Amino acid sequence: MRITQGTFSFLPDLTDDQIRAQVQYCIDNCWAVSIEFTDDPHPRNTYWDMFGHPMFDNPDAAAVMMELTACRKAYGNRYIRIVAFDSTHGWESVRLSFLVNRPENEPGFRMERTEHRGRAQRYSIRPYSSDRPAGERYA
Amino acid sequence: MNDQSMTVRGKDRYKSGVMEYKKMGYWEPDYEPKDTDVIALFRVTPQDGVDPVEASAAVAGESSTATWTVVWTDRLTAAEKYRAKCYRVDPVPNAKGEYFAYIAYDLDLFEPGSIANLTASIIGNVFGFKPLKALRLEDMRLPTAYVKTFQGPATGIVVERERLNCFGRPLLGATVKPKLGLSGRNYGRVVYEALKGGLDFTKDDENINSQPFMHWRDRYLYCMEAVNKAQAETGEVKGTYLNVTAATMEDMYERAEFARELGSVIVMIDLVIGYTAIQSMAKWARRNDMILHLHRAGHSTYTRQRSHGVSFRVIAKWMRLAGVDHIHAGTVVGKLEGDPATTRGYYDICREEKNPMQLEHGLFFEQDWASLNRMMPVASGGIHAGQMHQLLDHLGEDVVLQFGGGTIGHPMGIAAGATANRVALEAMILARNEGRDYVNEGPEILQAAAKHCQPLRQALDTWKDVTFNYASTDSPDFVPTATAAE
Repeated sequence: MRITQGTFSFLPDLTDDQIRAQVQYCIDNCWAVSIEFTDDPHPRNTYWDMFGHPMFDNPDAAAVMMELTACRKAYGNRYIRIVAFDSTHGWESVRLSFLVNRPENEPGFRMERTEHRGRAQRYSIRPYSSDRPAGERYA
Repeated sequence: MNDQSMTVRGKDRYKSGVMEYKKMGYWEPDYEPKDTDVIALFRVTPQDGVDPVEASAAVAGESSTATWTVVWTDRLTAAEKYRAKCYRVDPVPNAKGEYFAYIAYDLDLFEPGSIANLTASIIGNVFGFKPLKALRLEDMRLPTAYVKTFQGPATGIVVERERLNCFGRPLLGATVKPKLGLSGRNYGRVVYEALKGGLDFTKDDENINSQPFMHWRDRYLYCMEAVNKAQAETGEVKGTYLNVTAATMEDMYERAEFARELGSVIVMIDLVIGYTAIQSMAKWARRNDMILHLHRAGHSTYTRQRSHGVSFRVIAKWMRLAGVDHIHAGTVVGKLEGDPATTRGYYDICREEKNPMQLEHGLFFEQDWASLNRMMPVASGGIHAGQMHQLLDHLGEDVVLQFGGGTIGHPMGIAAGATANRVALEAMILARNEGRDYVNEGPEILQAAAKHCQPLRQALDTWKDVTFNYASTDSPDFVPTATAAE
């Protein structure tokens, strides 16, 4: 399956030129751009691992692209996303977040149902990949 | 018209009998509104032969302390403080017989944090007052001191996005159709297909409550099965607005609690449940980590005609105070009423931290929201993927775009309809962020995206000529004027 988290997941995977243009858009809006990666793509896994800090005061998308190249080299078989943070009062959160790397195989999620009171079910979602320890899931 | 005060003072003011409102202290053209005053702007249409200033003073009187005759018991109170003061009356441009009346109310006239109390004064008896042909509440300035007595949106745009893990683009939704008659099992099918296909939300319609063809528990159970399955198949957080509107608060709490138990991220209510019920549900939503969607069912009975009623911009302000997270606010291009400039004003009320005065958008006052959360506007009714560039241009990024017919009516099915909308949206955001002139190049951007997406191709072919071009019944009274640069 293809995980469709992030702003552009329904489009064909972005080329590096397209990624650079989006990063520059974020920088031009004075948002700090960060790179994060994970091998646990559960929809409610908020805290992916940070590949360094958000790049504050960086005027050029080229620097982010260099970091992305390094991140792909180290964690090429995991999910990697670009996240842009806006520190403006009244927002102070993420403005844009999109995937820039996927593992070769995306096995997806298992949904489990547990019978509950009445006819209700308790649902839980588990990535098939999480059966293996962190770091070895997409090896 | 804005001449001096005619207020009678001293002993003569309290002589028994009837006295004109403008002489009783409800017309004070020299009054300067305090920062803490609530200000209301009314469009007053006096009966033939009635003096506009007297009519406006009467509105001030009847919406605050006055009755039809002088009463001595006024003298037991600080009556001058409690009288609302009409301080300005202007003829409405290009509308003979209509006047804008500005009226200031002292903060002590209102109970803190109560929309019911505010509206009982401002739109209470006064709308039926005989000397007026018609009356419309156009806008209000709510002072910070009063705004801060309200909770505001339970969740707000930023936290809603954080919970849904959805940033940088409008959210996508669809109302389940047909709105009446589906069984719970069939209803959940529509929810599942739409969410799996790429929407973030599906929605109950305003009149889906608990009817013989589908009782509410059944709907909630099947809908949550659909939501969870779609989450597992996409890796995204999904939601469906479970309508908890019911006959009593007890019923509504019971339904909302069941929705929470089942793990829903959002519930919905209709405007017709009333202001107090809305505020109760907003407090419930804050306590229970729930996003609260408001469908504005019924509003057009009093918002649509320009001469009489309450402008939707005022309803939007009241709802931001009352604390809902979503509000239907118009599409501009869809099937329901909505002049572009007026709609822009509504959206600004929902989303901005501070609204400047903008007469061309129908905003008569500066309004500071004093850090109340932002409210997500919802665009719903007769919109489709082929309008994506116009929707993004008119409505911006923080909005839920709801394509009901435009999802479920897709020739290849519901999931294909959802995918078409999602691809169109993402392609448009990508192009906008790249700096392209997406408004003018919109059709080409959609055509290019359709090359890798058959469902979008079909959606564009099916609805290419559908537009709703009718004259608006509620447009601003002012247009931007050009002034010479210095």
